[in-house]
Amino acid sequence: MIVPVLLLILLALSVAGFFLGRKKASAVAKSAGGRHKLHSRPNYYGIVTGLWCCLPAFFLFLLWLIFEQRIVTSLVIADLPPTLQQLPRERLVLIVQDIRNLATGNIVSGEITPEMRDAAAHFLELQDIGTMITSVLVLVVALAGILFFYRRITPELRARNQVEIVIKSLLIVCSTIAIFTTVGIVLSVLYEAIRFFRHVPVTDFLFGLEWSPQMAIREEQVGSSGAFGAVPVFAGTLLISAIAMMVAVPVGLLSAIFLSEYADKKIRAVVKPLLEILAGVPTVVYGFFAALVVAPSIRAVGSQIGLDVSSESALAAGLVMGIMIIPFVSSLSDDVINAVPQSLRDGAYSVGATRSETVKHVLIPAALPGIVGGILLAVSRAIGETMIVVMAAGLSANLTANPLQAVTTVTVQIVTLLVGDQEFDSPKTLAAFALGLVLFIGTLLLNIIALTVVRKYRERYE
Amino acid sequence: MQDVLKKKSMEKRILAPRDSRETIGNINVPNPRMVCRNVNVYYDDKQAIRNVSIDIGSNEVLAMIGPSGCGKSTFLRCLNRMNDTIESCRVNGQIFFDGSNIYDPSVDVVPLRAQIGMVFQKPNPFPKSIYENVSWAPIIHGLVETKADADEIVETSLHKAGLWDEVKDRLGQPGTGLSGGQQQRLCIARAIAVSPEVILMDEPCSALDPIATAKIEDLIDELREQYTIVIVTHSMQQASRVSQRTAFFHLGDLIEVGSTGTVFTKPSHQLTEDYITGRYG
Repeated sequence: MIVPVLLLILLALSVAGFFLGRKKASAVAKSAGGRHKLHSRPNYYGIVTGLWCCLPAFFLFLLWLIFEQRIVTSLVIADLPPTLQQLPRERLVLIVQDIRNLATGNIVSGEITPEMRDAAAHFLELQDIGTMITSVLVLVVALAGILFFYRRITPELRARNQVEIVIKSLLIVCSTIAIFTTVGIVLSVLYEAIRFFRHVPVTDFLFGLEWSPQMAIREEQVGSSGAFGAVPVFAGTLLISAIAMMVAVPVGLLSAIFLSEYADKKIRAVVKPLLEILAGVPTVVYGFFAALVVAPSIRAVGSQIGLDVSSESALAAGLVMGIMIIPFVSSLSDDVINAVPQSLRDGAYSVGATRSETVKHVLIPAALPGIVGGILLAVSRAIGETMIVVMAAGLSANLTANPLQAVTTVTVQIVTLLVGDQEFDSPKTLAAFALGLVLFIGTLLLNIIALTVVRKYRERYE
Repeated sequence: MQDVLKKKSMEKRILAPRDSRETIGNINVPNPRMVCRNVNVYYDDKQAIRNVSIDIGSNEVLAMIGPSGCGKSTFLRCLNRMNDTIESCRVNGQIFFDGSNIYDPSVDVVPLRAQIGMVFQKPNPFPKSIYENVSWAPIIHGLVETKADADEIVETSLHKAGLWDEVKDRLGQPGTGLSGGQQQRLCIARAIAVSPEVILMDEPCSALDPIATAKIEDLIDELREQYTIVIVTHSMQQASRVSQRTAFFHLGDLIEVGSTGTVFTKPSHQLTEDYITGRYG
C-alpha cells in the first residue's frame, strides 16, 4: 500500500518542482533583463528541477527494494536464539525460509516452534520499520533535490544541456536492453550446456552419429546410458530448412519481382496483402495441413512411381514450411526492389534493356542487402520452426539425406526433452540446452557469413 | 489580348480542356531524322501535350525551352517511348523515326531505345564499375563477342564523352564515386556505347556546376557531327550556345519553332518574347 502512495507523492513533488523551477527561471530572467538573457527556455529549468526531485529519490527507493530482503533477513538471523543460530547452514536457510513464509502467510514446510513465531513477528516489524525509514528518506531526498537545484538557477545555468544528457542516457539504456537480454540468454544456456558437457564429452555430442536421449531409470535396464550424438538432429534441421528454402527463395523472390516490376497497381494492391496473410496463419494450422494433406499426397504420388515414402517425411514438412516463409522473402524483397530509385530503371530502359535484364543486372544487385536480409529472416524462421516438423516429419532421429524419410530437428528435440516433468540434473534434460547453444552459434555464424557476403557483392546506389 | 491570356494562364496552372494553339514558325526541315505529327499526351485525363507537330533534323541540336510544367520533358520522353514506364500516361499521334511510326503496335521498344538514347536530368550511373556502366548495354544487345570488343567500345565511348583521360586508370571503380559532371559524362558514354542515332537530353546540366556544364556543352557540339540531339533546358544561354533550332513550349502547346538565332533575337510570338527576355518563367 505504501509503495504506490509513495510513488504518487514523488510524482506530485516532481510536477511541483517543474512549476517551481520554471517560475524561478522566469523571475531570474526578468531581473536579468529579459528572456533572451536566459541560457535555456524556462521549461528546461522546470524539467531539470523535476528530474532532480524524482531521479535520486527513485534510485534510493530502488536500492531499498533490491536490498530489503537481504537486510531484514540478516537482522532476523542475528536476533534468533543461539540454539538455532548454531545449526548447520542448510538447516538455517530452511528455517529462515519458513520464517519468511510464516510472515507472509504462505504454507510452511516444517513444524512451527514458538521461536519461529516470534522471529516471524520480528521479521514483519523490521520490514515495516525499514519501509518507514526508506519512505521518509525518499521524501527528504526528493525535497532536497528540488531545493538544491532551485537555488542554483541562474541565467547562465545550462539547463537544456542537462535535459539532453538525461534523454541521451535514456536512449542508450533502451538500446542496450536488447543486447543485455541476448547476453543473458546466452549465459543461461551456456551454464546449463556446460553442466551437460560434464556428463557427455563435447566431441561425443558434436560428432556422435546416434541420438537417443531417453535414459532408463534403473541401471540394469536396456539403454540405460542414452546416446547424445547430435549429428542426426542437426542434419535433420539442415535437410528440412534446405527444402523449405528451396521452395521459399525462388517463389518469394520471383513473386516480389512480379509485384514490384510487372504487376500494375491494382493487382499489386490485391496480391501483396494476400501473400502476407500466409505469414499470419498459425503454424499449427500449417502443421496439420502438412500432416493431413501434403504428406499423404506425397506418399500416394511416391507409391505410384514406385518410391518408398514414409508417412512422415522431411519433404512434406519442408514444402509446407517453405510455403509458410514465402512472405518473409517476398514482402521484404518487394520493398527493397521498390526502394531502388526510378532513375536507375530509367537509365537501364533508356539504353534498350528489357525488363528482365533490368531486374537481373540493375535492380537485384542494388537491392541485394535487403533481399539477403529477407532470406536470412526466412532461414531463421525455418530453423526455429517446430510445430510443422512435430506433426509432419516425426520424432525419429534418422541420419539421412533422403527427403522421403522421417527426420527430426533440433527444436523438436528440445521441446520433447523439456516437455513434462523433468529432473534438471540428468543429461537427458541438459542436452536440450546444449542443442540450443549449438543452434544459437550456428545461426550467429550464418548471420555473420551473410553480412560479409552482402558487403562484398552489394552495389551501393546512394 | 495576349497579356490577358498570359495572366489567366499564370493564375490557373490547371489546364482547362481547350483547343491547341497554333505553332508559329516552320516546323519542317529538309532532312528530317524524326517527324512528329499531332502528338497528344495525357496523364490519366489531364492533357500534358496538345497537338504538337515538329521535325527533328539530322545532325542538328534542337533545344526545347519553356517554363516549368510546359510539357517539354514529357514530349522528350515520348521520342523514345520512355513514357511507357509511366502507368497513367497515354500518347496518341504519330512520331516517325526512319520512316516508321514508333507508336505502331508492331514496333519493339527495346531496339528503338537503343537507337534513341537518353541522358537524364540527374546523373544516374548504375551502381557498377565505370567499365561495366559503359559495356553493359553493348553486351546485352550482343554487340560485343570478345573482351577485346568490349574494351574497344568502352574506350571509344569514354573518349567521345571526353572522360577517358580522367578515368582510364580506374575503370574498375564504381561509377557512383565520380563527381557529378563526370557521372553525367559517364551517362553520355553509356548512351553512345550502343551507337544510337538520336540522343535525348533532359536538362543534362541542371545538377552541375558551370565548369562541368561548359564541358558538357562542348561535348554536345562535338557529338552533333555524328548524332542528332534533342536537349531540354531551362537555361536560355545554354540553348543559344548549343542549338541550331529552338522550340518554345507553353502549357502543353508548341508555341514557336525556328532557328535559334531567330527565336532569340526576333521572336514572333509575344509569349516567346516574354519568356526569353525573362519576364516570366
